[in-house]
Amino acid sequence: MNALASIGAATLGFMAATGRIVIFALTALATGLSPPFYLRVILRQMLDIGYFSLPVVGLTAIFTGMVLALQSYTGFSRFQAESAIATVVVLSVVRELGPVISGLMVAGRVGAAMAAEIGTMRVTEQIDALTTLSTDPLRYLVLPRLLAGLVTLPLLVVIADIIGVFGGYLVSIYKFGFNPVTYLDRTFQYLETSDVVSGLVKAAVFGFIISLMGCYHGYHSRGGAQGVGQATTYAVVSASILILVFDYGITQALFAR
Amino acid sequence: MSGSSDKAAPKISVRRLGKSFGRNRVLEGLDIDCPVGESLVVIGGSGVGKSVLVKCILGLMRPDEGSIRIDGVETVGLRRKAREELLQKCGVLFQGSALFDSLPVWENVAFGLIQGRGMGREAAKEIVLAKLGAVGLGPEVGELRPAELSGGMRKRVALARAIAADPEIIFFDEPTTGLDPIMADVINDLILKCVRELGATAVSITHDMVSARKIGDRIAMLHKGRIVWHGPAAEIDRSGNQFVDQFINGRAEGPIHMEIRAL
Repeated sequence: MNALASIGAATLGFMAATGRIVIFALTALATGLSPPFYLRVILRQMLDIGYFSLPVVGLTAIFTGMVLALQSYTGFSRFQAESAIATVVVLSVVRELGPVISGLMVAGRVGAAMAAEIGTMRVTEQIDALTTLSTDPLRYLVLPRLLAGLVTLPLLVVIADIIGVFGGYLVSIYKFGFNPVTYLDRTFQYLETSDVVSGLVKAAVFGFIISLMGCYHGYHSRGGAQGVGQATTYAVVSASILILVFDYGITQALFAR
Repeated sequence: MSGSSDKAAPKISVRRLGKSFGRNRVLEGLDIDCPVGESLVVIGGSGVGKSVLVKCILGLMRPDEGSIRIDGVETVGLRRKAREELLQKCGVLFQGSALFDSLPVWENVAFGLIQGRGMGREAAKEIVLAKLGAVGLGPEVGELRPAELSGGMRKRVALARAIAADPEIIFFDEPTTGLDPIMADVINDLILKCVRELGATAVSITHDMVSARKIGDRIAMLHKGRIVWHGPAAEIDRSGNQFVDQFINGRAEGPIHMEIRAL
């Protein structure tokens, strides 16, 4: 009976938390239906999320592409299917690894920073100060981050895709001696628009999730430095888990027939 | 400070205000008025609800019960838009200054003008420089970041932000906490000067009796969620109230008991 009660309590707690996050997101999005619009703040957030994440995402992408080519060669050479490596690399990177790896890296870098910044603003009364200066904190702090995450991560993923495919190309050409023209030809031979679009849809969803988790946990942080640290941890962990959950859900929705 | 121009209609009127956090009843049937143009200082020990009272008046917290009227208008339960309009009458100096770390000083002071009222950046900057001058800071300070300022300078910038839009009501939350006695007196003088020049109504909360005597026309003492005494600042030494006597003389013995657990 106690076990059942625990399961029930956990389920209710999970549903309540989900409800609070959804209401938080909808309330923040609703502020965008009327002026004022803080375009300058949105652009600054896009710069923070996109431009300053380029080094970490680029490095991750190139090594992911390189390892993918290396592993594919090791496996495919066992049944003389080396010619499929280019296709495997591009489809894996564009459909799956580009958005997921970029999402996880940005969750660690940007999600944590958002939670820490907004959390510090909460515990030092800066959010109260915003309110007393006739500025809605959801409109000024949260909405620009949500929109910037939604728009910027797909742009970042396009670059990660290109770098990741280039990593596979480097290994295939310079380590395994593939013909560059043939490799590039095979890279694009089986690549469809839907592969790229699905990756970008995932990136947009992941970008929104990262910003939402960063803002939500930061906005509701309590209790000084410890509370801010806890909010940062929650933001990164919850965004990372949700990225993997939504990755499966979107893949299932788009490709499972 | 200037006296009240209309005693019949207080600028701020609080009635039967109640607020609890779980089982902890912080405010309990609190009544207080603040007449137009007067400076009211609320004193009391730590955790008696001074900040909660101010946050309820500002709408940063929703009281469980009671009424708060500003200029005769009920403010409890105001919708966001109406609340934003009401807050345009108010300026707030927060305890920790609450300056925005990501913005230079001048944008901090101009924030309410630019973001809250849609004023152009150039016009706002002119006002900012005048307000920084009013609190004894030069224009070069405007380009600094809050992290580059000393505690006293941060308070001055926070004061400049509080008065930037010429508010009708100014709230001061522990304005001298964390400052040395000389800087505290400088801030008290600036508060007096700014409030007088604006002709504003002021509500301050503080532990600092030197500050309370200096900036207050009237003083109210809060204990266990209620106002246990209020009267003119000049009469606080002969209040005849044992709570006030214990507090202003800083005695451990008296009707106010600090909850200290044995180790």
